[in-house]
Amino acid sequence: MEYPALDSLAVDAIVAEGLEKRYGDVQALAGVSFRVRDGEFFGLLGPNGAGKSTTTRVLVTLTRPDAGRAAVAGHDVVREPERVRRSIGYVAQASGVDREATGRENLTLQGRVHGLRGRALRERVDELLSVFGLSAAADRVVRGYSGGMKRRLDVALGLVHRPQVLFLDEPTTGLDPEARTVMWDELERLAKVERLTILLTTHYLEEADRLTDRLAIVSRGRVVVEGTAEELKRDLRGDAVSVELADGRGEAAHAAVTALGSVLEAAVDGRILRARVVNGGAAVPGILAALEAAGVPVESVTLARPSLDDVYLHHTGHDFRSDDEAGLRA
Amino acid sequence: MPELAAQSWFMLQRQGRNLLRERVWVALLLIQPLVWLVLYSQLFTRITELGGFGTDDYLDFFLPGVVCMNAFFAGSWSGMATVTDLDRGVIERFLATPVRRSALVFSQVARAATQAGIQGSILIAIGLAIGADIAGGVIGGVAILVAGMLLAAGFSGISHALALIFRREATMIAAANFIALPLMFLSAILIARPLMPGWMQAVSRFNPVDWGVRAAREPALPGTDWLVVASYLGLLAGFTLLTAGFATWAFRAYQRTL
Ligand SMILES: Nc1ncnc2c1ncn2[C@@H]1O[C@H](COP(=O)(O)OP(=O)(O)OP(=O)(O)O)[C@@H](O)[C@H]1O
Ligand SMILES: [Mg+2]
Repeated sequence: MEYPALDSLAVDAIVAEGLEKRYGDVQALAGVSFRVRDGEFFGLLGPNGAGKSTTTRVLVTLTRPDAGRAAVAGHDVVREPERVRRSIGYVAQASGVDREATGRENLTLQGRVHGLRGRALRERVDELLSVFGLSAAADRVVRGYSGGMKRRLDVALGLVHRPQVLFLDEPTTGLDPEARTVMWDELERLAKVERLTILLTTHYLEEADRLTDRLAIVSRGRVVVEGTAEELKRDLRGDAVSVELADGRGEAAHAAVTALGSVLEAAVDGRILRARVVNGGAAVPGILAALEAAGVPVESVTLARPSLDDVYLHHTGHDFRSDDEAGLRA
Repeated sequence: MPELAAQSWFMLQRQGRNLLRERVWVALLLIQPLVWLVLYSQLFTRITELGGFGTDDYLDFFLPGVVCMNAFFAGSWSGMATVTDLDRGVIERFLATPVRRSALVFSQVARAATQAGIQGSILIAIGLAIGADIAGGVIGGVAILVAGMLLAAGFSGISHALALIFRREATMIAAANFIALPLMFLSAILIARPLMPGWMQAVSRFNPVDWGVRAAREPALPGTDWLVVASYLGLLAGFTLLTAGFATWAFRAYQRTL
């Protein structure tokens, strides 16, 4: 992809160009590039260790890239970190709340640091406490909060000063389903009503599918594919076949199925064999026959349009549920 | 500048508020100086018979010393707060905001100085109550406090720099012990300078703890030379600026490792 020069960035809220970062002998980022338009909700997906958090940390000025350039809200993250910090909210993967202070004190200090004062600050803090369901616990010390309450406070802290661009590193990890839905609703409202630009990293494909306008899949320190969820699914030709095996002979099943010409790719996770085929209706009988010939009994078969899971599998070579990546060893 | 001062003040408030919530810590903070004052002054009561103390009453001699000792211990340990903040991700959260790095450092230095000031006041009040005399009167007492606060501030700069470099509690404890005790014995906190071996007297000239002791003891004992007080206080102020600079540098070094 060809990008215009970094100077003509005003239109894009986030620009990352060829970001590289190495820690010892681990190449955490090996040339990450993407752009997020103003007001867009953008997702970063990828296995553990793919480089999502490192990318985010470069964009919020915490980590200096070894190479490449990035700009947020029109400001270069390396040359004008002060300006970037004034424009952003950042919710780190690991909570950064002050556990010895109350929720209200945490929010008040964060607001003051961003220059809010007096009544405007008090009202903003009250508003966030109520939006994130923390009003009742507002004057309790955070040490006594549940994990979910602490996470909601983390997100509230990133919003106190009404940033232009919000960075959320796995904001819903550790939330119960109800709290997650509430968080999704609030994030959706921020994006739609307040026109906030949001970059979100997540391990929940459902979350990315529901919330983001566009997303990028990161693997081994690179963006491997980028687009709307619909585009990514459409670009994946064919259909997704999911076969539930009666016993654990996954390897035999995998070998039998990949030998078929109609199968584009396949992976086994426990007793589930997932395959992508050119034409579902025509391929299923062949798959079943091949499995029978290999002596692998089958419990059930489902056929579907490719889901984001299949996109993820295709681009990372990992099944979404059993992913792990230790960066790129040099 | 006003922004820096405001940010430092907010950070200082945060630390003060969190510490005041720790009831046991507050209680110990108030009791500990008393324990030191009583134990040491009892233990060394008769030591003035050796001569060279400038007074017959060891309590008069020791009061400025214990203010300094307490202050520089408070400073040396103050970096533990930074280790905790680093662990909990609080520092990273602030680093992604417009808060100045120097505000984070100054607030810690100011907190250590405030703590030393409070403890020093208690020590002086108790000391006077149990019969100590401060030859320099009220101004002398203030000079002792200022010496203590500068010592705490100066050593807290070093302590926070080490916290940012090592980032581990165990290492911090070892480093604080390693530095604090020798520096205490290489100063005239406990005994009169003429009683120290020659080489120790020579080394103590370069020991900031001893600068504090000189600045604090001069106004406590008769025959005060205020020029001496002023010059050692000046030296301590320079030391504090230097270590605050060191801590700010350590902050940038820490950021480069992220
Ligand atoms: N400060 C650091 N020091 C050393 N290695 C690091 C550091 N930060 C990240 N790494 C390494 O860089 C690689 C990318 O890490 P990163 O945290 O960006 O991954 P991630 O995509 O966020 O993973 P996860 O989904 O587990 O959060 C990993 O191999 C990680 O071990
Ligand atoms: Mg991460």
